[in-house]
Amino acid sequence: MTYHNNIIDHYENPRNVGSMDKLDPNVGTGLVGAPACGDVVKLQIKVENGVIVEAKFKTFGCGSAIASSSLVTEWIKGKNIEEASAIKNQEIAKYLALPPVKLHCSMLAEDAIKAAIADYKEKQSK
Amino acid sequence: MEDLVQSQKNKLLSSNVRFPIYLDYQSTTPIDPIVLEEMIPYFSTKYGNPHSKSHVFGWEAEDAVENARDQVAKLIGANPKEIVFTSGATESNNLAIKGLAKFYGDKKNHIITLATEHKCVLDALRHLEQEGFSVTYLGVEKNGLVNLEELEKSITDKTLLISIMAVNNEIGVIQPLEAIGALCRKHDVFFHSDIAQAFGKIPIDVNKCNIDLASISAHKIYGPKGVGALYVRRKPRVRILPLFNGGGQERGMRSGTLSPALVAGFGKAAEIAASRMQEDLDHVKKLFDYFYKKITDNLTEVFLNGDLNARYLGNINLSFAYAEGESIILAIKDLAVSSGSACTSSSLEPSYVLRALGVDVELAHTSIRFGFGRFTTMEEVDFAADLVISKIGFLRELSPLWEMVQEGIDLKSINWAAH
Repeated sequence: MTYHNNIIDHYENPRNVGSMDKLDPNVGTGLVGAPACGDVVKLQIKVENGVIVEAKFKTFGCGSAIASSSLVTEWIKGKNIEEASAIKNQEIAKYLALPPVKLHCSMLAEDAIKAAIADYKEKQSK
Repeated sequence: MEDLVQSQKNKLLSSNVRFPIYLDYQSTTPIDPIVLEEMIPYFSTKYGNPHSKSHVFGWEAEDAVENARDQVAKLIGANPKEIVFTSGATESNNLAIKGLAKFYGDKKNHIITLATEHKCVLDALRHLEQEGFSVTYLGVEKNGLVNLEELEKSITDKTLLISIMAVNNEIGVIQPLEAIGALCRKHDVFFHSDIAQAFGKIPIDVNKCNIDLASISAHKIYGPKGVGALYVRRKPRVRILPLFNGGGQERGMRSGTLSPALVAGFGKAAEIAASRMQEDLDHVKKLFDYFYKKITDNLTEVFLNGDLNARYLGNINLSFAYAEGESIILAIKDLAVSSGSACTSSSLEPSYVLRALGVDVELAHTSIRFGFGRFTTMEEVDFAADLVISKIGFLRELSPLWEMVQEGIDLKSINWAAH
């Protein structure tokens, strides 16, 4: 399988790798996927005044899964929550030119954003 | 670590080592230059058909084929008349299994095999099932070896054939052929063995092991692709029906004109393998020991798949917990290796061989097969080990699973959403 340059770029130089304090009320954590399926994405966002000011990720998975997660951390930074929730897996797949067999990686990245936002909202509502 | 790896790579590049470094010797081997030299005349001046009996062109081609037949037979203690040349091990496996089943199928219709056999054996058997045969796919022990008691228990008075490979292509374990052969004799069952990964690499004697049919491939032993052989026992005689019909070449078992160039190369490769088997074995053992020790000294949670002792040491299949296989392959792209998980073949299913060993599906996703051979050097293996150590470190830093385990979280306690 040959990879698009955008995948290689994000895979070899992943952006925003790391973790934030998951107990921080301003941090939302999304953990999606399953080890048995071969990919797990942990995506964290830090929100201030409705805007995502920081995003961090860690991913267990193939190059496409790592690149998809790295890419969305770049995309969501500076966006407000509504804008970030509107990111679609098709956009991720298109940017990275994912082959059909790897489309689930982009879906996982979309799910991770939604899960992180849901976690943040739940914390805020408490 | 990164710098060290880069400087090692530069050193290798300056001594003309070709990148990526080829560590996939189970998939195929580079052709030995001596073998290639042997083949060339049969592509140019000696172009006769080995089955032409009326002129010198045919005779010299036939001589080449018969000489190769001797060389191949010698390596497994067979009579040259028991060697049928084919296009490779896939054809040989099909010819052995289907050919035997079709000849004797009206008397006995049960076949026993292992769940860890090569895809082409399993697929041929699935095909026979559709034709009414019943097949037992035996599981294996955690170390990848057959359980002989279970094997014996699964034999019935309808059992025609036991098909068990010599060396597993994915995990390198060596099955106890002698004991299996003894069981087969005791119960009057034919014994077929796919010896493609063993032929020329470890000593195999078809008589000592009571093997009736054995499948062989040339390109696993530094010979050309597209040629192989099936050993078919003559005493007591084993009968098979051919897969296809034609001029009746190869004693009627495999019609079609042989390629003298490929066959001659195959013979030469077998001759070389016979003359330096111990040397080759010592060489891969040295590489295996060095690589395995260096990796396990520097990385935790690395697991060897398949038995450590009953093993062909040119194969080292490792699971690197919490780093996914396909991302490992991408990270170590200076090495040509294969994923134990079949992700790269785009099926996204982890290896059925590892699953049959009872390897957790999570761990099966983290497996890589490294293959060493005659032309692998210690410098290459040393570089490979350092690269793997560095990149597994990188991928684990990137892995949420690794982080959770470091925090003391039991991954099994988490309710993962399968997707």
